Amino acid sequence: MGKTHLKMTVNGKEVELLTEPRQLLIHVLREDLNLTGAHIGCESSHCGACTVDMNGMSIKSCTVFAAQAQDSEITTIEGLGSPDGLHVLQEMFKEHHGLQCGYCTPGMITRAYRLLQENSNPTEEEVRFGISGNLCRCTGYQNIVKAILAAAAKMNEVKESA
Amino acid sequence: MIASAFEYHKPDTVDGVVSLLSKWGDDARVIAGGHSLIPVMKQRMTDISHLIDLGGIAELKGISIDGDKINIGAMTTQHELIASEALAKAAPLIREASLQIADPQVRYLGTIGGNVANGDPANDMPGLMQTLDATYYLTGPEGSREVKARDFYEAAYFTAREDEEILTAISFAKPSGGFAYEKQKRKIGDYATAAAGVMITIEGGKCTAASVALTNLSDTPVYCAAAVDALVGSSLDDAAIKTAVKAAVDASDPVADTRGPVDFKKHVAGVIVKKAITSAVARA
Repeated sequence: MGKTHLKMTVNGKEVELLTEPRQLLIHVLREDLNLTGAHIGCESSHCGACTVDMNGMSIKSCTVFAAQAQDSEITTIEGLGSPDGLHVLQEMFKEHHGLQCGYCTPGMITRAYRLLQENSNPTEEEVRFGISGNLCRCTGYQNIVKAILAAAAKMNEVKESA
Repeated sequence: MIASAFEYHKPDTVDGVVSLLSKWGDDARVIAGGHSLIPVMKQRMTDISHLIDLGGIAELKGISIDGDKINIGAMTTQHELIASEALAKAAPLIREASLQIADPQVRYLGTIGGNVANGDPANDMPGLMQTLDATYYLTGPEGSREVKARDFYEAAYFTAREDEEILTAISFAKPSGGFAYEKQKRKIGDYATAAAGVMITIEGGKCTAASVALTNLSDTPVYCAAAVDALVGSSLDDAAIKTAVKAAVDASDPVADTRGPVDFKKHVAGVIVKKAITSAVARA
């Protein structure tokens, strides 16, 4: 039961490392790759704090073995924006006060990103249903929903003017 | 929470899986979406030395609709079931039920095959497949065989599947008439306190065919033959529906847990079955 040679594309960069098949993807990201944006909350696939994008799907990286991520394409919050160039979702979370303690935020935004890729003009109800796998204990969700709807509107504006 | 060490295998054919299962027996388990298996491995409630990932087998994926027959590969995810417009048109009951399973992230990875084969009485797909009178396809060292969903479940986590077999696909006849899958749960992501699938066909003011099955109200899904008998031949008047609801509740056998005591669950079962029948009748 030796180590396995894991290859992935993370935030556009190819990475290679040795890990055990049983290692969880969240630990590979945080401990081997120093991408500490995705958080470990409940560690039991309920809270969504560890959400990252894998092969075009929002997934809870606490419930994926490293071995299952072989050859996958991963985007974490670090891949969406940077302090110098925030993603429009990050900007809107800031503007609409969509976070307080910030613990759920990377998972929430990464999930919202995929939701808007699939449905660029969601209703409020669709946003609420779409983020129902992400728990926030601070905001009461109201401002998170506002932020996501505002980001959708902004992204559509940019598309129209392009 | 880290699982015990295991050896990881990712064969690309069903035969490859079966030969690994034959070789390692009880020490091996297959993994589909992993959202039932990984949590119990992390809690070390199960000891698996060989994990066989079904994710690399193309023949296990996909939805095909051929005339009146619908075939779904075991590795088709709930997200794919929901996203398929063709399936939503042919069997809208599947989308209605799938949207009530877990949450978006879990549905991207959770598969129909894992949901039905695991034998967890809390899973929604087994009751749904009994509603649809689906057939499961199993492949093992002796070849392939078919088992009806209504005959598959023996007790919690015990099914007609042998250790060396895997479930490869599910098929069912394109449903007609009215349908509903109603689920009462405490929150999104929770298992059902009570859930029911119902199909109703009405011709000339009379119910000519029906199906009723329950989720998480016994140690297996429950197909309610007595409830069906109460509906078929009736004009679906209040008395007939009342008799059917009582028959379904009588067929349930829930246990007390964090979702409530037995009496409460039976009460919720009655409410949910009535709601599902009423909704199916309205759509018939």
